[in-house]
Amino acid sequence: MKYSGLRVIKEALTGHRGWGPAWRDPEPQKSYDYVIIGGGGHGLATAYYLAKHFGKKRIAVLEKGWIGGGNVGRNTTIIRSNYLLDGNEPFYEYSLKLWEGLEQELNYNAMVSQRGILNLYHSDGQRDAFVRRGNAMILNGADAELLDVDQIRARYPFLDFENARFPIKGGLAQHRGGTVRHDAVAWGYARGADSHGVDILQNCEVTGLRIEAGAIRGVETSRGYIGAGKVASCVAGSSSRVMALADIRLPIESHVLQAFVSEGLKPVLPGVITFGAGHFYCSQSDKGGLVFGGDIDGYNSYAQRGNLPTVEDVCESGMALIPALGRARLLRMWGGVMDMSMDGSPIIDRTHIDGLYFNGGWCYGGFKATPASGMCYAHLLATDTPHETATAYRLDRFRRGRMIDEKGVGAQPNLH
Amino acid sequence: MSQKNRLPGGQIDRSQNLDFTFDGKRFTGHPGDTLASALMANGVRLMGRSFKYHRPRGVLTSGSEEPNALVELRSGARQEPNTRATTAELFDGLEARSQNRWPSLTFDAMAVNDRFSNFLTAGFYYKTFMWPAAFWEKLYEPIIRKAAGLGSLSLEEDPDSYDKGYLHCDLLIVGAGPAGLSAALTAGRSGARVILADEDFAMGGRLNAETFAIDDTAGAEWAAAAVAELHGMNNVRLMPRTTVIGGFDHGIYGAVERVSDHLPTPAPGKSRQILWRVYTRRALLCAGAIERPIAFANNDRPGILLAGAMRAYANRWAATPAQKVAVFTNNDDGHRTARDLMAKGVRVAAVIDVRPDAPRIADCELLAGAQVIDTSGRLGLSFVKLRQADGSERIIECGALGVSGGWNPNVHLTCHQRGRPAWNPAISAFVPGTDLPQGQSVAGAAAGAFSTHAALRSGAEQAAAILGDLGIKPDKARLPRAEDAPVNIQPFWHVTEGRGRAWLDQQNDVTVKDVKLAHQENFRSVEHLKRYTTLGMATDQGKTSNMGGLAIMAELAGKSIPGVGTTIFRPPYTPVAMGTLGGRARGAHFHPVRETPSHIWAREQGAVFVEAGNWLRAQWFPRPGETHWRQSVDREVRAVRGSVGVCDVTTLGKIDVQGTDAAAFLNKVYANGFAKLAVGKTRYGLMLREDGIVMDDGTTARLAEDHFVMTTTTANAVPVYRHLEFVRQCLFPDMDVQLISTTEAWAQYAVAGPNARKLLQKIVDPGFDISNEAFPFMACGAVTICGGLRARLFRISFSGELAYEIAVPTRYGDALIRRLMAAGEEFDVTPYGTEALGVMRIEKGHAAGNELNGTTTALNLRMGRMVSKKKDAIGSTLSERAGLNTPDALALVGFLPKLPEEKVTAGGHLMNREGPLDAKHDQGYVTSACYSPILNSHIGIGYLKSGSERMGERLRLVSPLTGQNIEVEVVSAHFVDPEGDRLRA
Amino acid sequence: MMIDHPLLGPRDAQEFTYLGDASLIDRPDWQAEDAVDQFHDYLYLRDNPAGEHRELWFHEVGDRSWLVVTRNTLTHQITSVELARDVARSRGRSK
Repeated sequence: MKYSGLRVIKEALTGHRGWGPAWRDPEPQKSYDYVIIGGGGHGLATAYYLAKHFGKKRIAVLEKGWIGGGNVGRNTTIIRSNYLLDGNEPFYEYSLKLWEGLEQELNYNAMVSQRGILNLYHSDGQRDAFVRRGNAMILNGADAELLDVDQIRARYPFLDFENARFPIKGGLAQHRGGTVRHDAVAWGYARGADSHGVDILQNCEVTGLRIEAGAIRGVETSRGYIGAGKVASCVAGSSSRVMALADIRLPIESHVLQAFVSEGLKPVLPGVITFGAGHFYCSQSDKGGLVFGGDIDGYNSYAQRGNLPTVEDVCESGMALIPALGRARLLRMWGGVMDMSMDGSPIIDRTHIDGLYFNGGWCYGGFKATPASGMCYAHLLATDTPHETATAYRLDRFRRGRMIDEKGVGAQPNLH
Repeated sequence: MSQKNRLPGGQIDRSQNLDFTFDGKRFTGHPGDTLASALMANGVRLMGRSFKYHRPRGVLTSGSEEPNALVELRSGARQEPNTRATTAELFDGLEARSQNRWPSLTFDAMAVNDRFSNFLTAGFYYKTFMWPAAFWEKLYEPIIRKAAGLGSLSLEEDPDSYDKGYLHCDLLIVGAGPAGLSAALTAGRSGARVILADEDFAMGGRLNAETFAIDDTAGAEWAAAAVAELHGMNNVRLMPRTTVIGGFDHGIYGAVERVSDHLPTPAPGKSRQILWRVYTRRALLCAGAIERPIAFANNDRPGILLAGAMRAYANRWAATPAQKVAVFTNNDDGHRTARDLMAKGVRVAAVIDVRPDAPRIADCELLAGAQVIDTSGRLGLSFVKLRQADGSERIIECGALGVSGGWNPNVHLTCHQRGRPAWNPAISAFVPGTDLPQGQSVAGAAAGAFSTHAALRSGAEQAAAILGDLGIKPDKARLPRAEDAPVNIQPFWHVTEGRGRAWLDQQNDVTVKDVKLAHQENFRSVEHLKRYTTLGMATDQGKTSNMGGLAIMAELAGKSIPGVGTTIFRPPYTPVAMGTLGGRARGAHFHPVRETPSHIWAREQGAVFVEAGNWLRAQWFPRPGETHWRQSVDREVRAVRGSVGVCDVTTLGKIDVQGTDAAAFLNKVYANGFAKLAVGKTRYGLMLREDGIVMDDGTTARLAEDHFVMTTTTANAVPVYRHLEFVRQCLFPDMDVQLISTTEAWAQYAVAGPNARKLLQKIVDPGFDISNEAFPFMACGAVTICGGLRARLFRISFSGELAYEIAVPTRYGDALIRRLMAAGEEFDVTPYGTEALGVMRIEKGHAAGNELNGTTTALNLRMGRMVSKKKDAIGSTLSERAGLNTPDALALVGFLPKLPEEKVTAGGHLMNREGPLDAKHDQGYVTSACYSPILNSHIGIGYLKSGSERMGERLRLVSPLTGQNIEVEVVSAHFVDPEGDRLRA
Repeated sequence: MMIDHPLLGPRDAQEFTYLGDASLIDRPDWQAEDAVDQFHDYLYLRDNPAGEHRELWFHEVGDRSWLVVTRNTLTHQITSVELARDVARSRGRSK
């Protein structure tokens, strides 16, 4: 069923009886050509592109709970392509371009809103690093602008320009960055994948991988055995648990990242803003809530919840940047399990087991990557060659000394 | 205006009047009132507008679960959006304004949305606004954003301060109703350290809202007596106006105390609120229960509120929403409202009970088996329409309707560690599950023990059990007598008949129809339902609405309620001001300031300071007549290279390394060798991470066979120390080596320039020979200065000049800088700051933070050969990986612009002179750049592919971000004195 | 979180800095033939269990002890805290 304004009007006048399910809830088939483990944004996007762009059939997405219940349903909704390194920037810029056409592609309004992202800097060293990064962005075909304090003050007059411990000295803006209605991304891809014949199997937890003679044969699930030609893991924070079923150890740790939303407020923040002297980034949703976050708690966790020191740290930074937030109230906090990799960059690759593929290590940057991750993973699954923007995301890059370390902090996941 | 709906009795102080305004209109209330109760007493029912359709709304509850009666409280910089009128304590001069309406609360133009509600159903926006693509940001979204939010921020800096505090106790009791008080008495009398916290300003919970007797006194009086007794116990801390916002790991709870919100402004020196971190051995949740509504057509009109709230307003606050009311219920408790209001002289038109066999409890008309099918009254309820048991319709005139759909135990805090509540069919509600947070128990209504007797008993019993666990002998007191009515309820969630919309989430305007649509479109899991319809996402987080939505989804799906699932609650229990969570860490106090030993002196010189981590360092020292920083910096550089300068380098990390294995230890942590370093000598050390990337660099001096002093960069002082302790304790636990950070123990100054020795000779005591022969480049040793002050002298140079670093105990730092300046007068000694320091190190090609960016190898620094292959050092093995040793690896080189006045941009990228300017053809980048007053040219250093082999090559330096594209020549990074003659002079 | 320091008693976890899996104690032999591979596995690969996890914490604003904390990553419950030096010795590390 095609969605449109006209359709909304027609349904409104006829009691909304015509709306069908956004996706089906089919029974699992005995086998599929492609089994994608994980019904999050990346898994659903992979299924969608595999079916739509690569014309593949017999595809299933297996989700242990409800689709979109992982990090795509619990992030701070930011999209951007302001990366530095050659291994990353083309990929994220490709993703941003896919975001720009997403609604028309999916016929689903995920509210991609390019309201701009601004990263503030507070020291000369930070400025030099931002200049290098901004140049890398432009040289890769993305947009970037260096703003001085007056330009920032004009747009964000309520930041602390007077009394700050670490005065704002400027910022790097990407005007094409912005936010997206995160849940709608999962639903839009699910609906699109479903309409191209993909079976989305909810409450279907993978409990085992059947591997024979070095090749994958299928998956054991809470809904029975499902045979598979190719199995693609795409489970973010649960990556180590799923790959352990194939005795594969990963360069990944699972960590908790908390995020926060305030009560609904009349519009204050036009775009996304990132503090450079503490852990705080913030935007305002179309409903009026300030959506913000900071650093991960820092210890391994699968608990989907964090602790008070990090909450305080984030709010301290928020108050340091925007002293007028004092009387805004934090409404809700939540935690997601992040697949923190050893260099802060993701992996989209085959494994040594024939037919078993891996996508993970997104750290806390997975949301913005959703379309490109889906497209590149689908490309790999369909062609067995990496997509041109994802050639660096190999599992063996640490062995080869080819780390993609944007932050330069080395093999310590909680610092990325 | 008179308080026309004020009733007799209540717990308000009628001897005092409090004047306040709502939307500019003046009203009067009394101490003990909330804003909501005072407005109600004054006959105000309409208090707000809903989020989406701007429906007129009145108060629904009497507590913090309120979805409707939200106001902007106070004005100016203290304006506080979305404040619940139901919990805002009245004070004299209180100002409140309604929200989300234009131009006024009674006439809101945006209410036109309500006319189009059929088009604006759940999730409609996902289906439209897609064409043309550009219109989303330009047209559709701006319109939607204009309508966003409820209240507004002032955008002025919050003038109030906030504090943080830490408390410890044996037992934290959350909620001071009958269960909490009973538990507190038991634990308090037993001598345990108890904290009793309640969000209300009056402790007692429902005892203040009901008319039950305990023993022979009124419940409220019993509560007051209990509080008085607890107040007298040294081991009990009573915390009214304190909300326990969250339960965190290992018995740590967050609590917010509203110290001054009941005052016009905080008293001098007092904060507005305090965030407490409460460390508990055990916690007992006595948070009571929250009533839930029944959905029916047009159930959202001002005047329709929860039956228990209506009773609370009448009993505690002596206020009624109308002089004639009715009650709609599915359980016995609703009848109490009729009974209590009648006792206060309010006319009760009828009790409408969906149960055909409803008991007669109040002395008024009982309509058993009847349902409310519609209501009317534009800005406030005037009539309700019923379907009676016999099928007939009936219209009842009333100004208010109390609704009770039963009570939900307030399990919020049991879920904060992702525990799931369990369904209890006896009370048709979720009760705490078995997976409670470590150390937490639940008592009273929160545990499903609804009667007063049950609450008192479970509070006492749970407290006794906890005391037993903690090894404290519980006090055995007699349990007071109280009512023990059973829960009689027939689950009933919504009236199916009726043409109007039946509201579930009144703030977010979610209706029964929206839930049906979600079901129809397969958004059936509880989480999909919430996210698709926005049910329970408003400021009240669905405390009164989630259950209804869940029950209706269960009906549609043909499942039981627990079969559909439950949503769990997350912290905070109620929204918390950002200011409270931020505390004092804002503005200039965001981080502590570390001042160097010469700070006071530098300030006297008029130095400009710069942040270096938490340090403040002198950036340059302007002299009269200098109008641009470059003038000062150029002068400082020339002065150092021409004569002598002094710079405070105390901020560099200093680590004392001692022990018989100290040299062996340094050999492990540095890639280059340290075992053979002679006593009295200093060596440059390159420290790698285990992955082979450079972690830090610095010099280490050997003061004795078993005693070294390591220096680190300012930025890495802490991580390097941590790393060294890791190596010492975790990797080589039997090495005889001890570490201590002495960064703050020694004040250290660089004395640099051709006259550095002459200057130092004036202060170093005569017994110490520091001639070039006796104390050559890289020498180090203990000396005394100024007649006996112990000091350390290092002949090391960052500037490339003849230079020393001299260290004295920190308390002499100020005296030393003054002495150096005085002694150096004859050489025109010049203090220099971090900018001049930076210029000189770029001129010398020394790596610093910009070069050691965490991706740099020794090879990149052209120090590959320093990584010894003959020994095991951290990082040496993995530095051999192929990807770190490619033939075209980046190498540190220098760049000169073709025209000396052309600025070299740090962060600019290098491209071949011919060929495209894009990322694929990137050759490297400039890390640091400056103007060299020695070369009279801008210069830069940076990383270039195969850089070592490209000396003399001309490249383009492009920085599209700053609009630059210039030609540069590749040169050695050692611009000044490449042979090092000056530093050995 | 609270960490029951073996020398100092219960301390708020905020006093500590986290490193990661306690297997980082087991640094390989640099002279092994496949040293690069061993170091790769040691430094980069993790069990990352959902359940009991032995991990390294540094008492940075305390006594600077490295501790091995056994903590459940699903519940955050801590079942044992040891001095890392003792653990390292028990695993055969010396000089």
